[in-house]
Amino acid sequence: MHNWNDAQATQIIKEEAAAGAVLTKALRRLVDYFGYVDETAIAPLATHFLRSKAEVFGVIQYYSDFRTSAPGKHVLRLCQAESCQAVGARKLTKQVCDRTKLALGGTSTDGKLTLEPVYCLGLCANGPAAELDGQPLAELNKTKINALLDRLIS
Amino acid sequence: MSAQFRLFVPGDMLAVALGADELVKELERQAKVKNLSLEIIRNGSRGMCWAETLLEVQTPAGRMAYANVTAKDVKSLFKADFLNGGAHPKSLGLTRKIPWLAKQSRIIFNRCGIIDPLSLDEFAASGGFSGLLIALQMSGREIIEQIIQSGLRGRGGAGFPAGIKWKTVANADGNTKHIVCNADEGDSGTFADRLIMEGDPFRIIEGMVIAALATGAEHGMIYLRSEYPFAVKMMRNAIKIAKNANWLGADIQGFGRNFELEVFVGAGSYVCGEETALLESLEGKPGIVRSKPPLPAIEGLFGQPTVINNVITLCSVPDILARGANWHKKLGIGQSTGTMPFQLAGNLAKGGLVEVPFGISLLELIEGFGGGTGNGSQIKALQIGGPLGAYLPPDMFATKVGYEELSNIGAGIGHGGIVVYGSDVNMREQAEYAFEFCAEESCGKCTPCRIGAVRGKELMQAKTFNKSLIDELCEIMIEGSACAMGAMTPIPVQSAMRYWPQDFAKENK
Repeated sequence: MHNWNDAQATQIIKEEAAAGAVLTKALRRLVDYFGYVDETAIAPLATHFLRSKAEVFGVIQYYSDFRTSAPGKHVLRLCQAESCQAVGARKLTKQVCDRTKLALGGTSTDGKLTLEPVYCLGLCANGPAAELDGQPLAELNKTKINALLDRLIS
Repeated sequence: MSAQFRLFVPGDMLAVALGADELVKELERQAKVKNLSLEIIRNGSRGMCWAETLLEVQTPAGRMAYANVTAKDVKSLFKADFLNGGAHPKSLGLTRKIPWLAKQSRIIFNRCGIIDPLSLDEFAASGGFSGLLIALQMSGREIIEQIIQSGLRGRGGAGFPAGIKWKTVANADGNTKHIVCNADEGDSGTFADRLIMEGDPFRIIEGMVIAALATGAEHGMIYLRSEYPFAVKMMRNAIKIAKNANWLGADIQGFGRNFELEVFVGAGSYVCGEETALLESLEGKPGIVRSKPPLPAIEGLFGQPTVINNVITLCSVPDILARGANWHKKLGIGQSTGTMPFQLAGNLAKGGLVEVPFGISLLELIEGFGGGTGNGSQIKALQIGGPLGAYLPPDMFATKVGYEELSNIGAGIGHGGIVVYGSDVNMREQAEYAFEFCAEESCGKCTPCRIGAVRGKELMQAKTFNKSLIDELCEIMIEGSACAMGAMTPIPVQSAMRYWPQDFAKENK
């Protein structure tokens, strides 16, 4: 991930607008590059996509992928959906939240870790499932998740 | 020069989650030490999720399978001479004879997990493009007639006849028409779309081109959820390869027909699987549902006539063209023709994808294939059809699966996902979750869904349980919601209350 840079962001926005892309495609590129969409991007997005700032804000708010603040160095997304619930996801989530002292959606003060909920990764026969920095994880249990957290936050 | 040994290790997202990449590295490392040359194909999954990572070795007798293999097993596998199919505690014998696979009727998934997903040659050698080649020589009307005759119904949830939808688009006014593939597979317990996209991407392309020929569309989009990054990459590569080989683009195979196809990645919104919300999302807007009418078939993407079909619906099409409508019609029961890829998940010993004709019982699926719960407890409930599907108790498991058969017991097939729960599940928690999920994912357009879901969650959390108030709320959501999100959330809630009243009788702590 790259640190937010207004000039670079505006460049991406201009490129997508010039290519005739839809607004969300520009947002996707911003999130893929910077990890989030800074509020300073709202004005140039509105200008180049011919939308009001309120509309742009509405689109960003609607989609959970479009974060509005920088995520931690590592992002751990824990599946909260039914198949994973059936094999202990609620308990596992609680263990992770307790140990990291974070709620789902929170980022640690040292910026090392962000916890997020995710609703289904399609690994439903092998839950509980999760994703760490884009890497899928399955058949998690207390031991495995603790080993993972040891690596991430200690 | 070809390698001495041919191996298969799925590159599928699940296999990778379970260490398939590390397994490949370790196989290559130890082979190098032994001076052996291996060719390792990263195939899709066979759908035996319980056996992943499934390592296969090509032998003269056929492919031999080894289940749940990790990098740690490599040493003992070499010792057991696995390259020649040697016996090992993890061996399942010849893959084609594994009962779990042999009992299925794999048509849509006939080559998934078998071929190299991006090999056009292997695709064509296993019947790929044969349906499309027939369609290229037919009129649009003839193709649609075949699909109508076949009885194919939408596999996304609603079960609407696919041929009728195509006919409406074909007859709609407009020079620009679209084919949209709904690959926003958000239901928990479903992964058929993911498996086919990762394991046999050209099948989807073939189905979409046939839909385009039938309706006169020249532009297509695959709306693919961002939670499936492996599928995104696979579909984009497959489109590139298909285009280079002239199965997409201008003047397809010299028949004078054009079709451009692209992938659009979603951004984490369940309700975008609803077709009108999906269209809004494709237009770059929030996924807020549209009022119907107008139907998307008349005014869809950018106001133009649009076919929106689920991945599995489109994947069912090539074989109907290749083998004929009557062949398809003979499979299944009643108004549910063809095969259905069921996805078995949750607390099960053997979860995975099972493709069989409609008419199989729920019991045969979860016990016969699924092998009961994973932790040995009694099955208490199953949920069929995703987060908006009904919870059913064991005394209903004899039900044969078909659209009408399930509708008769207040349930639906949805996208074919079945989530199984053991004795540890508390149905009041599940009912609360149904409201919670609706509150989380509601697009906010209509009041019954937006506010009803929040009120429902509060009522479930209340110290004392007020059934009549919850039933009243459910009725308002069913009658007043703009789409299935709000209108179907009461299904899991009310089925849980109906079949497990004891879980609601106790006071909340």
